[in-house]
Amino acid sequence: MKYSYFPGCSAEATGKTYDMSARALCKKLGVELAEIDDWNCCGATSYFSARELLSFAISARNLALAEKMGPEDVVCTCNSCWTVLAKTNKYMAESTELAADVNDALAQIGKSYGGGLKVRHIAEVLVNDIGNEAIAEKATRRLTGIKVAPYYGCQFTRPMGGDWDDYEFPKILDGMFEALGATVVPYVMRAKCCGGTQMLTSPEGALKMVHDLLQCAVDDQADVIVCACPLCEMSLEGYQPRVNATFGTSFNIPVLYFTQLVGYALGCDPKDLGLDKQIVSPDKVLASVPA
Amino acid sequence: MAELTTTAQKKQLHKAFCKDVMSMPEGSKIKQCQQCGACSGSCPTGYLMDRGPREVIAAFRAGMIDEILKGNTIWLCTSCYSCTVRCPADIRITDLMYELKRLAIKYDLYPRDAKAPALTRYFIDSVQKHGRNHETEMLSKFMMTKDWGLGPKFGVMGMKLFAAGRMPLTATDIKGKDEIRKLAEYIDRKEVAVP
Repeated sequence: MKYSYFPGCSAEATGKTYDMSARALCKKLGVELAEIDDWNCCGATSYFSARELLSFAISARNLALAEKMGPEDVVCTCNSCWTVLAKTNKYMAESTELAADVNDALAQIGKSYGGGLKVRHIAEVLVNDIGNEAIAEKATRRLTGIKVAPYYGCQFTRPMGGDWDDYEFPKILDGMFEALGATVVPYVMRAKCCGGTQMLTSPEGALKMVHDLLQCAVDDQADVIVCACPLCEMSLEGYQPRVNATFGTSFNIPVLYFTQLVGYALGCDPKDLGLDKQIVSPDKVLASVPA
Repeated sequence: MAELTTTAQKKQLHKAFCKDVMSMPEGSKIKQCQQCGACSGSCPTGYLMDRGPREVIAAFRAGMIDEILKGNTIWLCTSCYSCTVRCPADIRITDLMYELKRLAIKYDLYPRDAKAPALTRYFIDSVQKHGRNHETEMLSKFMMTKDWGLGPKFGVMGMKLFAAGRMPLTATDIKGKDEIRKLAEYIDRKEVAVP
């Protein structure tokens, strides 16, 4: 199976281990991720906050590049990239006026987007196209006894994922970890916002959100939180020391991308999964995975 | 922050908002707001806002958009889309928040102590320059201009990220970075011609 892959800017920086582990896991599963040649930033929330048409235009440049590569579905790892690219795709389909304006701009750089692609999140692709049973069959280690808190984040299904999972309580990854033998804890805050976009500009609110998300995982006695978005991962893992300093707590819970933990179960090289590049060491939880 | 002093200026802003919203996909649904408050009740930062999203729509109906833009509400929207998926009238509230942010920047009406407009600008600057966002560059600019105290707070985390290769000092420039610039220049010209 082949897809056009959009890594997103954080794949080159804070979210590097998501990109590494997604590539390693897909290789193990025989899934080809063909990187979109010369992709640019999706525009994220920033472009929408300043320039409407420009945000759709730079986002659509990626879709134009992907369309030129072939009819394969576009796959994103980052929740925000997936939301922005899928939104551009949807809004261009809904509004012929917007599609015309965007293509008018793209024509200035010798590009166009016909609107024929599907934009998808990698979690949904793995579950629906490969299947949890097929993934579990390739496992070299079972995650028996590991308590996993699945943190989907806000933009995982909202607003673009309503076709394949629930807006309020997504469950699509629960089955993958259960198939691998893990215990999935309830984690009722699974789709709440991490405050990532506000961490620099309004930290008091954002740190409270991270605190509540970490507390929920601890209350559920989770051994590890798994994420599907680089902003979520950064908030929950990177900001643990600041949350502790602010609220007098002592959180020290490993936070991994779901692709890292699934990749580990499937026998990918831990170095290829970036497991040595985390801020909170996952060594203890990984050591408790039965050999 | 600029001030809209005359009624004519306020009316112009109101008109700009209406025109932009109506041209957005599904934008006309704003007319169907029944003031139920599902949006404000769903908002993770609503408790910090001067006015929640429900009140934003009420204020728009009362011709008070300038009041909204002067407050902190729109810059506290995290883009989590909770309100959007819960709205019984299918109003895309997150998109309305984006539109209000755009107007606040365009008319220079945001509070001077708001840090979000600066971060937005640095993000866009980085993408316009490299084709991708160089997180380290954006963060350094933000620290230098808006929050000197951030350095020490980032200390341990920053060092660990750097050591793990997750905070590169150099940017990746895409081959087509001129195309990003050209798109912006073209759209700038177009939007000036038809305000």
